[in-house]
Amino acid sequence: MSGQSQRLNVVPTVTMLGIMKARLVGATRGHALLKKKSDALTVQFRQILKKIVSTKESMGDIMKTSSFALTEAKYVAGENIKHIVLENVQNASLKVRSRQENVAGVKLPKFEYFTDGETKNDLTGLARGGQQVQQCRAAYVKAIEVLVELASLQTSFLTLDEAIKTTNRRVNALENVVKPRLENTISYIKGELDELEREDFFRLKKIQGYKKREIERQLAAAKQFAEDQFGEKISLQKGVSINSAHNLLSAAMEKDEDIIF
Amino acid sequence: MASRAQIPTSNSALIAMIADEDTVVGFLLAGVGNVDLRRKTNYLIVDSKTTVKQIEDAFKEFTAREDIAVVLISQYVANMIRFLVDSYNKPVPAILEIPSKDHPYDPAHDSVLSRVKYLFSAESVASGRR
Repeated sequence: MSGQSQRLNVVPTVTMLGIMKARLVGATRGHALLKKKSDALTVQFRQILKKIVSTKESMGDIMKTSSFALTEAKYVAGENIKHIVLENVQNASLKVRSRQENVAGVKLPKFEYFTDGETKNDLTGLARGGQQVQQCRAAYVKAIEVLVELASLQTSFLTLDEAIKTTNRRVNALENVVKPRLENTISYIKGELDELEREDFFRLKKIQGYKKREIERQLAAAKQFAEDQFGEKISLQKGVSINSAHNLLSAAMEKDEDIIF
Repeated sequence: MASRAQIPTSNSALIAMIADEDTVVGFLLAGVGNVDLRRKTNYLIVDSKTTVKQIEDAFKEFTAREDIAVVLISQYVANMIRFLVDSYNKPVPAILEIPSKDHPYDPAHDSVLSRVKYLFSAESVASGRR
């Protein structure tokens, strides 16, 4: 496709050349800056990824511990614990707060959990096993902590991924489309300007040639005129026809070998 | 910048759950459950009688709600609606896959990690259990 690196359609003037050069400088600087940003983001990305992997592993373990605690509580407090808990749900006491963090120019979300209001302790109907239930609750709260941290890591991960893709797209666009286009435009303008200059030069030379020929012609005409004048004078003086006066003059111009004196 | 998703900075957002009974009970015990005035809960208990459609609807509802920041979903439930989970690409709410009692955590199926598996050619995530 010829659309690979076309040039912009501009009027090839000197002003345009200046504008295009300025744009090329801007594009080059922007390209370098974006590349640095992309590198910084990639570094952050890899760090987050490592953390995510390790946190997920630990999450698996924590969930196992908490389910075990739940099984213990169930065993001690009887199977009805589920229904009681389900019925006692009203307002969530563990909630999540989200705020934005600025990392290398990208706004990443971060979650932190907090306890809003008191944990409902009135699990009425639980006759036995209060301690097991408390332990189970504590285990699950710890699990929630880890899970919230994992969630915030995951969201920043996804956001960073998007940001990296956008930045890389821009870097590639600058490098492969914008800069070649500008460079082609600049060389086109320079070529046109050179051609105009050459045209001008050529025109000047031609005009000079005309002028020179004009001057020579005028000189020749003037000389002819002067000769005629002189011839007239002689013919008037000698009473000879103009033609023979001319002959006299031209004879005077040439060297006659017959005349010995 | 036109495609920048808005990340809301909220002060209190809930944690939603789509998991089996035991996991949900455990989390409710910790205090994550919320029932609002219209009897809408932020959790869905999945058992053998729940249809895939119900799970889909709950997932879509949780992700569309403004006040939910995290959605915890059991991995085997996520496998049932894998296509929905994989095509979900909004940063908020965050979708987390958790293991359940009968199905231990399998990183090969995690929607997020599978996206970056290509980054880990030498040290694969599944084999990264050091």
